[in-house]
Amino acid sequence: MTLRLETRDEARLAGAEGPAQRLATRVVTRLATAMGADGLLDITGAHIDSCLYHGQAVLDFAHRLADDGARVLVPTTLNVSSLDLLHPEHARGDPEEARLSRRLMERFEEMGCRPTWTCAPYQLEVRPGFGEQVAWAESNAIVFANSVLGARTNRYGDFADICCAITGRAPAAGLHLDEHRRATVVIRLDGVSADLLARDVCYPVLGGLIGRLVGKAVPVVDGLEPGVSEDRLKALGAASASTGSVGMFHMVGSTPEAPTLEAALAGHEPGKEITVTAADLRAARDRLSTTSDDDLRTVSLGTPHYSVAEIGRLVELLGDRRVADGVAFYVSTGRDVLHEVSLLGWASRLVDAGVSMVTDTCTYFTPIIGDVTGTAMTDSAKWAYYAPGNLGLEVVFGSTEDCVESAVVGRVVRDEGIWAGA
Amino acid sequence: MPDRGATPVPLVAGTATGEVLRLDEPLSFWGGLETVEGRIIDQRHPQVGEMVAGRVLVMPFGRGSSSGSSVICEAVRAGTAPAAILMAERDDIIALGAIVAEEVYGLVMPVVVVPPEAFEGLETGAMVAVGVDGTVTVSPDAGGPA
Repeated sequence: MTLRLETRDEARLAGAEGPAQRLATRVVTRLATAMGADGLLDITGAHIDSCLYHGQAVLDFAHRLADDGARVLVPTTLNVSSLDLLHPEHARGDPEEARLSRRLMERFEEMGCRPTWTCAPYQLEVRPGFGEQVAWAESNAIVFANSVLGARTNRYGDFADICCAITGRAPAAGLHLDEHRRATVVIRLDGVSADLLARDVCYPVLGGLIGRLVGKAVPVVDGLEPGVSEDRLKALGAASASTGSVGMFHMVGSTPEAPTLEAALAGHEPGKEITVTAADLRAARDRLSTTSDDDLRTVSLGTPHYSVAEIGRLVELLGDRRVADGVAFYVSTGRDVLHEVSLLGWASRLVDAGVSMVTDTCTYFTPIIGDVTGTAMTDSAKWAYYAPGNLGLEVVFGSTEDCVESAVVGRVVRDEGIWAGA
Repeated sequence: MPDRGATPVPLVAGTATGEVLRLDEPLSFWGGLETVEGRIIDQRHPQVGEMVAGRVLVMPFGRGSSSGSSVICEAVRAGTAPAAILMAERDDIIALGAIVAEEVYGLVMPVVVVPPEAFEGLETGAMVAVGVDGTVTVSPDAGGPA
């Protein structure tokens, strides 16, 4: 298949709009050719993950673009970095690496990207609408954009995200196109109690299991009550993009391209049908923990960044209790959400109760946690999946309620009752 | 799109020669490859500890995070990348890392989708040459397992 370009793409390749636009267009067109795309399409927004420092190559690339005067052509948000600019007291990393990280962040701001520093750009005031073509990076944001917003993005990452933003163009391939958005795998739940399905904790566990079962296919979850909340869909998607490479899922009655099972399948027969039992969910929950040691030192919530509603729920669960001595309790969120919950008085209540608010970054790859001995607890399947490898700590996965109760008493306690039937 | 056609598809075109390292399982470059020496560091990968630098890496497809592109680009910059990567399927994360290395540093690491029969014949230890059109030639006197 040959790539067909428009006149403006050809002009940019010839250097008509300067060296930065030429380089970005070269990368997008070469990527399109490598993907087997037959053309490029216009995008209306981008979310960039290249701003997270991990090595010289990304910094060299940003320098090259910014030095040549690159500017993004579409509204562009920035993902987490490896620094918490609002809470520098959290920093425990290498100062030289911190300097390079900061430099990288500045270069993206110079190119006109908004310093949002969040992995949950869908929690910002403006977000893509149904059917909008965008170029998003960050696996949880990609799956949310496609599945929950009905916007259209491929799984972009380093280099590609910023080149799409600078050109306003993306390869016409993959999840940008109708034919790749239909579900090919049907997931049905069998014998899972209504009580478990009514709990937040069910959704990251189900997502982790789905990622393992489907890899990079597009699944549809059938048989749940319609109207599952955005926060639950977010947790499910983030988990499935960690244990697998899911870029999009459907849930009948809850996601916009799945009013019915038939709509999600776009009239095709499913390639595969999988039944998930209560025992499967129980096993998936167990796989998210690496220890049974109840010596709790750390609790980390907010991966992906907590929403206003999730922070409100945390405030409610804590009530007037405090985090026990010897337990460090972190909540990661976006700076915009922190601003909002500060106005509500919730942030100061949490801080007074012994909670540390983390913004702009995340605790699963940035050295913030001081004590990596003992057990860390989280309500995030994504955090549970990555943190042991990145930080060298042991983790117990639990519900948000479990995390709060454990933090208050100073050791791991989990409500096994909801899993008893499993 | 015909990924497994009869002719090779160079995702990044160039020439290379080297000894084949065939991976038993797909590798995520992010978290799986260190770029100072060019070794596999993913503890869950069966070939952890193997050196990829300068070898012709044969793998069915890539796995894992899109940050793999920058790891590949960094390895090419540092001179610790494979001589070439030969795959059975397209992989845009791997291709992108090599594309940017060529654009920014002028260093070419060929990435080729190889037809099925040729792919199956690529054994660890064989000396191969990759042509600019993606053809892979096995040297007859230096084959066999390492």
